[in-house]
Amino acid sequence: MSHIAVLRVVSKLLIPVILLFALYVQFHGDFGPGGGFQAGVIFGSGFILYALIFGTAVARRVVPAAITRIALAAGVLLYGGVGVAGIVLGGQYLDYSVLADDALAGQHLGIALIEFGVGLTVAAAMITIFYVFAGQDRGPEDAEQ
Amino acid sequence: MAVTAVALAWLRNLFAVVMLSGIFTLTAAVVYVVMDAVDVAFTEAAVGAGIATVLMLGSLVLTTAEEKVQPRRAFGPLAMVVLTGAVLVYGTLDMPFYGDPSAPAHGHVAPRYIRDSGREVGPPNIVTSVLASYRGYDTLGEVFVIFTAAAGVIVLMGRGRRYRGRERRDAERS
Amino acid sequence: MTFPGLFNYWVVIALMMVGFYVVIAQGNLIKKVVGLNIFQVSVFVFYISISKVKGGSAPILSEGIALYGNPLPHVLILTAIVVGVATMALALALVVRIQDAYGTVEEDEIREREEAS
Repeated sequence: MSHIAVLRVVSKLLIPVILLFALYVQFHGDFGPGGGFQAGVIFGSGFILYALIFGTAVARRVVPAAITRIALAAGVLLYGGVGVAGIVLGGQYLDYSVLADDALAGQHLGIALIEFGVGLTVAAAMITIFYVFAGQDRGPEDAEQ
Repeated sequence: MAVTAVALAWLRNLFAVVMLSGIFTLTAAVVYVVMDAVDVAFTEAAVGAGIATVLMLGSLVLTTAEEKVQPRRAFGPLAMVVLTGAVLVYGTLDMPFYGDPSAPAHGHVAPRYIRDSGREVGPPNIVTSVLASYRGYDTLGEVFVIFTAAAGVIVLMGRGRRYRGRERRDAERS
Repeated sequence: MTFPGLFNYWVVIALMMVGFYVVIAQGNLIKKVVGLNIFQVSVFVFYISISKVKGGSAPILSEGIALYGNPLPHVLILTAIVVGVATMALALALVVRIQDAYGTVEEDEIREREEAS
């Protein structure tokens, strides 16, 4: 069982770094390589690593499946909502320039919000799909035990 | 990279196939870095090494890990594939060379993105500004596709197996 | 000089042929999904190789760099990869449901069972 202990310790050290790195990629995407898609994928795989090592039951307690489903929809809604906000403030759909007083600042704000929506959706989609796949064989196993 | 792909086609043990496809996508990520596409390489590495492999393994657990040995060699498909490949190679003879700055793909809107995105949108990463601002509609569509795919997975597999198990047990009982 | 100039396309075509062969010749549905994956990656490599400009650098604006790679294919492929993994999950979910319904993921066995029933 010692190799499992090694895995647990190493992943306990690494997972916070992976999740932090995902957030860095999310919010630093304007300046270096990165953005919502990458951050969502990295966050999702970091969390899947956690679920693989500590078991899906623990992972489900940390992030319940209902929350990932809500986040899945919330990301899409945030993206669409930014577009509608552009209309309300007098621009066109997905026109970020009207979001702030200054066109460049508005663009910045709009891109940040949209990337956040994308990241939220992608991470939630990955975790949801993983939960569904991992939750499949629970039925028969429970019956056997 | 091509070698890994051919090995993938030959192997019958699906577990090895899944592991090799992880290696395959990592190699692809390295190729993207060589071609200056750092953003893409990022995504491919995280997707290929992490999520795709885990999902493949998960579905192997749910189905079968060994492929059935095929009774006959398939010459028809092979001939079809070779024909398609030959036609495509003939097509490439008219394509612009690798790295040619005057290729048609580099005309049209791309120079405008490179020249003006810093002034019009702001972020120094051109990929981000094209993704989120110039092509916001595209990205919105892609996000909807991801949303729909995840929703489809939930609908297809969400609680199906447990319910059906119960039905089967009920049927056996009656 | 034609050889190095067009080599990238030929690698892409070789990859595509392997993926295509796996999709149409193999009977195992999971193997077919892997084949589709290879096919997909070959298209990605094709797009990215189009975007390469000789002597250019990654498309992130900074001082002192005049020549950049073409950012447009990068954007398209970036989203396509993530969409690809989501649709792959959907395909695998379908395969799992086929396994539930027929007890096998081999194409010919599925057909036999269809005809038997």
